[in-house]
Formats: sequence, structure tokens, C-alpha cells
Amino acid sequence: MGNKQTIFTDEQLDAYQDCTFFTRKEILRLHGRYHELAPHLVPMDYTNDPDCKLPLALIVNMPELKENPFRNRIVESFSEDGMGNLSFNEFVDMFSVLSETASRELKAIYAFKIYDFNVDNYLCKEDLEKTLNRLTKEELTPEEVELVCQKSIEEADLDGDNKLSFADFENMITRAPDFLSTFHIRI
Amino acid sequence: RERHRAKRRDGDREKKKRRKGRRRRASRAGEREDELQARHEKREAGRRKRAKNYQESEGRERDEEEQAQIKTGKTAKTKKNIKNEKTRKVEQEEGEAEERNAKGKKKHGSAKKEEKDEDGGKCAAKEKTQEVKKKKHKRKGADTLNSLSPEELEKLKEAVDERKKLIQGLRGKPWSMKKKLVTLRESQEFVEKYEGALGKGKGRKLYAYKVMMAKKWMKFQRDFENFKTACIPWEMKIKEIESHFGSSVASYFIFLRWMYGINMILFGLTFGLVMVPEALMGRPYGSIPRKTVPRAEEASAMDFAVLWDFGGYAQYSVLFYGYYNNQRAIGWLKFRMPLSYFLVGVGTVAYSYMVVIRTMARNANESGVGDDNSFNFSWKTFTSWDYLIGNPETADNKFASITTSFKEAILEEQESRKDDNIHLTRFLRVLANFLVLCCLAGSGYLIYFVVRRSQKFALDGLDTHTWWERNEVNMVMSLLGMFCPMLFDVISALENYHPRVALQWQLGRIFALFLGNLYTFIIALMDEINLKREEEKIVKFNITTWEASLYNSTVSENSTGPPITIQPADVPRGPCWETMVGQEFVRLIISDTMTTYITLLIGDFLRAVLVRFLNYCWCWDLEAGFPSYSEFDVSGNVLGLIFNQGMIWMGAFYAPCLPALNVLRLHVSMYLQCWAVMCCNVPQERVFKASGSNNFYMAMLLVILFLSTLPAIYTIVTIPPSFDCGPFSGKKRMFDVIQETLESDFPAWFSKVFSSASNPGLVLPFILLMVLAIYYLQSTSKSYKEANVELKKKLQTQNEENKKKNKRAALKAQMDLEEARKAASQTADSSQRLYHGKNRRNPPAPVREQGLPATRAPVPRNYHHGNHGAPGYLPGFPRQSEPRMHRVPSLQRH
Repeated sequence: MGNKQTIFTDEQLDAYQDCTFFTRKEILRLHGRYHELAPHLVPMDYTNDPDCKLPLALIVNMPELKENPFRNRIVESFSEDGMGNLSFNEFVDMFSVLSETASRELKAIYAFKIYDFNVDNYLCKEDLEKTLNRLTKEELTPEEVELVCQKSIEEADLDGDNKLSFADFENMITRAPDFLSTFHIRI
Repeated sequence: RERHRAKRRDGDREKKKRRKGRRRRASRAGEREDELQARHEKREAGRRKRAKNYQESEGRERDEEEQAQIKTGKTAKTKKNIKNEKTRKVEQEEGEAEERNAKGKKKHGSAKKEEKDEDGGKCAAKEKTQEVKKKKHKRKGADTLNSLSPEELEKLKEAVDERKKLIQGLRGKPWSMKKKLVTLRESQEFVEKYEGALGKGKGRKLYAYKVMMAKKWMKFQRDFENFKTACIPWEMKIKEIESHFGSSVASYFIFLRWMYGINMILFGLTFGLVMVPEALMGRPYGSIPRKTVPRAEEASAMDFAVLWDFGGYAQYSVLFYGYYNNQRAIGWLKFRMPLSYFLVGVGTVAYSYMVVIRTMARNANESGVGDDNSFNFSWKTFTSWDYLIGNPETADNKFASITTSFKEAILEEQESRKDDNIHLTRFLRVLANFLVLCCLAGSGYLIYFVVRRSQKFALDGLDTHTWWERNEVNMVMSLLGMFCPMLFDVISALENYHPRVALQWQLGRIFALFLGNLYTFIIALMDEINLKREEEKIVKFNITTWEASLYNSTVSENSTGPPITIQPADVPRGPCWETMVGQEFVRLIISDTMTTYITLLIGDFLRAVLVRFLNYCWCWDLEAGFPSYSEFDVSGNVLGLIFNQGMIWMGAFYAPCLPALNVLRLHVSMYLQCWAVMCCNVPQERVFKASGSNNFYMAMLLVILFLSTLPAIYTIVTIPPSFDCGPFSGKKRMFDVIQETLESDFPAWFSKVFSSASNPGLVLPFILLMVLAIYYLQSTSKSYKEANVELKKKLQTQNEENKKKNKRAALKAQMDLEEARKAASQTADSSQRLYHGKNRRNPPAPVREQGLPATRAPVPRNYHHGNHGAPGYLPGFPRQSEPRMHRVPSLQRH
């Protein structure tokens, strides 16, 4: 595909490789995926940084994200405007963080953002309830949800403010045995 | 929150503008005067609005510069007159401080990442001011590049190094891509600009050369990395499976691929260093007895049945040990064949150990310290979703399994499960274990019996028996491996364990079964080896008489004529137990592979087809009811793979073709299983975690590796090699080849050193030293663990204290809340908070100190406010809790 026309200049590709965990081929493939989402909107030529954003609804429909209960939050937390509109840069960024090679610390930062539904930089009860309801498709009774939320906060909250700050979250998540293996999307 | 977002958005907009602004910077000087006129009104107009357009943001930058100037000691009145000189002066000062600042800024970027989110606007603005200064510095730097003092050069060098480090670590920074790209470009420009200037005089050329080489090296590394990832096979296939079945099924395929890689290397070793040299440079087929099919077998040597059993021509080829000649050096390369054969055998084992242990260590590193259950619920909440899932059915299963796991956890939490009739359970468990033991013993006996029987058949000659009788051993082993696990599964239903515990029991039992079978097989083989060796003695005796008679007859018939040349096929020869062992292993692998594939086709494919198509005309729902579709059995498959590998390790010394066969097998099963899993399996209902067991499987592999090298090493060390076949024939022991090489290929002093180094007086202290080192390391690790536990305890007590304190502070916090509300109602000035942020971040910079008092003085209230953070989360949040939050994780980590 890249032989027919230049999508990126070499410098751009190098820059992307410096900024992400992707190789050249993967970046081109990512562009292909991005282009696929809205062929009439996304130009094939990215050499002069076209200003083009795709809305949340389109991105969420990717097969990689479609089944994810947190898909909206993922896209929102990577979009600059917080509304879920992603430019190609942010799109690449998203999959770079979710790639296999990204470090645990980096992933933890974004995982925190994803689970922070009300964007107040704390995971409070409300966030946990939402997380739980999405995880279980609301099949737990309110009392059970309440119990689980309370327990989780009790376990992870180190400073006793009844909500999880990033430090609490990081402390908890870095010890989780399957965080790294499940918090990634292969593109 | 809205305000926070708005702020951030403003910050971004500013950044964009700034970039545009940079291009115009050259023409900016002219606009300055007008800007200054408008400045005072704008300050009144409120700072937050100022970010809205380009002129205004420019204006603010100017503000800051001016304020810095005011602080340098001059009055505001004279400022306008001498403005230009002033600016230059300040710029110069800034320039000198810049190197430090630039570094500092980058450090903050990473260190204060949490803060960055909180005051995104502040941060962006702050960086902007610094970038402005940096720009100026660059302009200045270009002019005065040549007149830098050594210290400045040193600083510059540091700055450049810092930038380089930044570029390398950029991908790990939690910034938006846009910011990363901008930072990258700027840093690269900076490095480009100053790198050449570093290194003066004579060092300059060398430095430039070094830089160039470093760049080239980087580029090469990147290309190599690209190439390497392009070489990883089956990426898309695995990805597809991952999205359909989740990470646990995919982990099997990743494991399979990893195995494939290892076997590729083993294959490369044996193929490149043993098989190919022998085939190319060794004596050709038919030149000596060991390389020729004996006369008796010649007729049937090309039959397919014989070849399929690896007899006939296959037996007398490079595939097996017996074919190799004991000639010390072969071909024009003087290739030391026996030595190479021995070293490859050792290298195979050594390499496997290295890889397995290294992988285990890495896994242990990666999997965190998931030791305790202290985060049970939060882990369940935050890490139970598998982000890889992209298939609706799997997702449904996952939702269901997560729900049940939560319900189970809640149940466990609410009450310790009461056991109804503990005696019955106990009895059933004992019964189950008894049954399993019976199974194991039975299978062991069966194998032993079959092997002995096959020896009898072998003595009679293979032709007189049916196909079944010839392949009995392998078939029985494969069938046992197939049906016993099913039996275990049924038995384990008696025990009523938690599914995860049940899985572990199941795995342990299958492991024991396989291991038992393998070892029975080996013991039977040892018996056979002994038989063969006795046979060998007789043959050896016969041969001497045969030779003598031959010699006598030739001498007596015509003593002057040329001696009769005997066809190598006619020479009597020994049984060559090594080849026999190799053959057994190869047959085992082949039959194992065949059963795997056939079970796959029948158990999965045929079943799926039947269920799918008979469902139209059946009395009950086949898809949902009894037969249903099969699930992919991850643990069973992994175990199968591990044991298969064990057999390879065991047999590879006697049959160099084994790694090649295994590569072939793995290759085929990759495609076959990928296809089967996608077309006839359904996602698992009980989804188990894959990652936690990763090291469990690796540990099994290590155990198998150890257990399978044990008999191989035993035979190599204790049993003398056959007298007329293989590379070590004529030697007392196989490892004598090392000594021989030492004596003849190395100088005399070397072997002397070697022999003196290997005397017990040196070896024993060495071993003792190693034991001591191990003991020391172990005890230190134990003490570390204890310290860890201690720290954890401390943390917990601290935690509880904290909670108590918080309760006490609750009342006070409420009062604080009132106060804060008051404070919040008075509109906060964003740019003043911005100064505060700057102050907090890099106190050591001299420019800041000059600039600070002026900015802080007018807004004391705001300072107080900023220290509390945004008013939104003030309530119930005593001040001391914040530093502690940052301290806690670092405490635990170290």
C-alpha cells in the first residue's frame, strides 16, 4: 500500500517511532485502520499534518474495541477534548499505550484515566459503581455492588480518604498479576 | 470539573498559537511598542480571557518578562526608555540559566505527571514561558557559539545529553502525541544545533564522527528492530484467536510459537554442525559397514512400512547416531566430527536450560508481586476485563464469568463456607486419589509389559508380526495419554473442589501420568540396552573369528593375489544400541504427533460437523445440549507440548533428526490448531487466568528438562559406546573425545593446566564456594522478604492511624470546607496560580527567584488557595494526607 503513494514522510515515520512503541509497518497499518473507519474523511496523504478528527461513535465500532465495556472511556481519555474525538495522533497514542510493549507505569496512568469516569482525578465510589456495572452488565444487586465498592476502596485506599488517588491506584495495580496481560490491545 | 477542562483547552489553544507565533517571531520586535500600550488594559481585563487570541497571549508573555525586569532592580517608570537594553540583559541572564532550566523542565514533565493533569492549563502556560526563553537562547546561542567558556560547554553538553535521554524515553511519557511530537522536534533541533558545536579544536572532528556514528547506529538499530518484528511469524493469526477466545487460549499459541523458536535454534545447531558436515564431507553412503544397509535387510530396505518405522535406508543415514564415523577430522576443513557431535549434544541441553531459566526470571519480574490476597476485590474490579476480547460470544462468557467470580468472592467474604458433611467429602477425595493412583500404576505396568513384549517381537524379527504388534508401544503410550486425562476428569468430579483447585489437581495428575509413562518407557529401554550390549559381546567375538577365518582362507587360497574386497554390506556388525534408542524416540514422536492430529480431527472437527448438521434432524438440541462443541483445552495442550519437548531433549543426542522433526510438527500443528480452534471450538465458559500460570508452565518445562536430560546424561556417562557405530566407537566413554582433543589439538601446557585444574583439590573448594554463594544469596533474599513484610506491616499501621486521624480531623475539615467555599466564590486568578505552580517546580533557578516576589506579592490569598488544590476536593481532606500519598508507593517498592 505504501508503495503507491507516500502516506508519511520518512521523518514523520521516524518521529512516530520515537514517540510510540510501534514499528514503521505497524504505524502504516494503523493509518490503514484509521483510514478504513472513514475513507471519505481521512486523507491518504499525511505528509502535511491534516487536521482531521473522527468522532467517538466511529472509533468505538472498531472490532478491537467493540466488545469492551469501557470503550467510550478509553476513547475519551485519549482524546484531547475529552469528548472522544480522536485525531490520528491521538489514535496512534491510544494503541501505543495499549500495546504489549508499553511500560506498566504508563499503562497504569491511562488505566486510571479510563476508570475515572467523572474526571475528578480520584476514583470514588461512583466511578467504581460504574466500572462494576459495566463489568457485570448490571447483574449484581445494588447491595452487592455497594459491598464490592466498599471492599475495593478499603483494600486499596492508603490515605484513608475513601477514594482512590492515583498513588493508591498505582500501588494496587502494579502488584496485580494480570494487569499487564489483560490491559493490552493488539492491533 | 468544567472549569478544569476549559482551562486545559485554553492551554492547548495557546500551544497551537505559540507554534504559529514562533514563525512570526522575527517580525515581532516591531510590534512590541504597540503591545506594551495595550498591556495595562489587558491585565485588568482578566487573565483567563487573555489566552483567547494570539495578540493577548503574546501580551502575557510580555507581562512576565516585564515583571522580571522590574524585579532586577529598576523602577517601572524608567523601564520604557531603557527597555531594549534591559530586555537584552535579561535575555542574557536567562540564556545562562537556560541550560539548567531546560533540563529542569523536562524532569518535571515526567516527575510530576499527576500534577500535570490537575493543572494542565498552568503547566502548559508555564512551559510556554520557558519555551519562549529557550527560543531566545537559541537565537543567542547561534551567535555566541564560538565564545563559550569550558564550563558553559560542559553545561551545554549536559543539556544535549539530557535531550538525547529525553528523546529516548519519550515513548514512555504520558503526554499527548501532539506534545510528544513537538517536544521531539524541539529536542532534536536543539541537539542538532549544539551537538556539532561541542568538542573544540582537535577533539571536534572525533566528536562529530562519534555523533555521526551514533546516529547511524541508532538508525541501524531501528531498522533491525523493524526487521525483527517483521520476522515474528503468525502475529495476525494469534491476534485473531486472541480476539475470539481471550488471552488464555492465545497464550497457548504464544507458547507454541516460543517453542517453535527454541526448536528452530536446536535444529540449526544439529543441522548445521552435525548433519550437514557429515553428509557433505563425511564418507559417502556404502563406503564402510556402518554406512551400509546389511545384506539381510537390503531387500526390504526401501519398503514404505520399513521406512515409516525408520528402519532400512532411514536407519543408515545421517538421521541416526550409528551412521556417523569415528574419523577424527573429516573433509578439507578438518572438521572435528566426533567433537562437534558431542559439543552439540551438550550445547543443546545447555541452551535449553539457559532459555527456560531466563524466560522464567523475566516472567517473574513482569508478573509483579502478586503474592497476597490483600487486593482481592480491587484487582477483580480493575484487571478482570480482558481488553483483547473482540468477539461477542467470548465477551458474553467473560461477563458471566466475571459476575460469578464476584458473587463467589462476595459469598466467601460474607461467610466462611460451611461444609455440609465433611466426612463424605473427605471419603470421596480419598477414593478419588486412590482411583487415580490405580490408574497411574496400571498405565505404568501396561507400558512396561508392552515394551517387554515388543522386545520379544523384535528378537523374532519384525516381518512376522502385524502392524499393531510392531507399533504397540507407541500406540499404547499415546492412547493412555489420550484417555487417562479424561478418566481423571471424571474422577475429579467426585472431589467437589473449587474449579481452580480442581484444575491444579488435574494438571498435577496428568503430569504424573506422563512422567510415569515416560520413565517406565525409559526403564524398559534401559533393559533393552543391556540386552543389546550382551548381544554385542557375542557379535564381537563372532567377528574376530569371522575375520580370522576370512584371513586364513584368503591366505591359504592364493597368497600372492590381491586380497578379496569384501562388500561392506556383508560385514557382520553389532546391534548398535544408540541407534535403537534414537529410533524408539523418533517413533514415539511420530505416533504422538499422529494421535494428536487424529484426535483433533475426530474429537473437534468431526464432532463439530456432526453437531452442526445433525442438529437439523435430531430430537434434542445438540448445540446447546449434550455433545455441544468442544472447548479448547489449554492446559492439556500445553502439557502435551511440554512432554513432547521433553522427549526431544531426551532423544536428540541419539537421533540428530529429532529437532528437525519437531520443528515440522510444531509448524503443522500451529496451522492445524489455529484452524481447528477457529472453526470448531467455542470459547471457554470458565475462563481461567492465563498469565498467572505462565511461570507455572515454565516451571513444569524446567522440571521436564531436568528429568529428561538426566537419563540422557546417565547413558552418555556410564555406558560405553558401541564398538562399530557412531562417532565415539572405539572409545571407552563418549566424553573421552574431549580429552582426546585436548591432547592432540591443543598445546601441551594447556592440557596440563586443564588436568591440574580438574583435580579434586581444586574442584572441591570451588564447589564449596558455589554452595556458599548460593547459601548467602538465599539468606539475603530471605532477609529482604522479611523486610518487605515488615514494611507492609508498618504501612498498614500507618494506614490505620491515618484513618483515625482523619476522623478526628473531620470536624476541622468541615470548617476548612466553609472557608474554602468562600475562597472559591472569589474568582481565582488562573495566571497567579500559574506562577505559584512555577515556583513550586523549580526553586533552584535563579531567574525564578528574581521573578517570584513580584508575582507573588499581589495575591497572597490565592497562594493559600492553590496549596489546597482545586476547591472541589477539599472537604474531608486534611493537608498532611497529600505528601503521604506520594510517599507510600515508593516505600513499598524499595
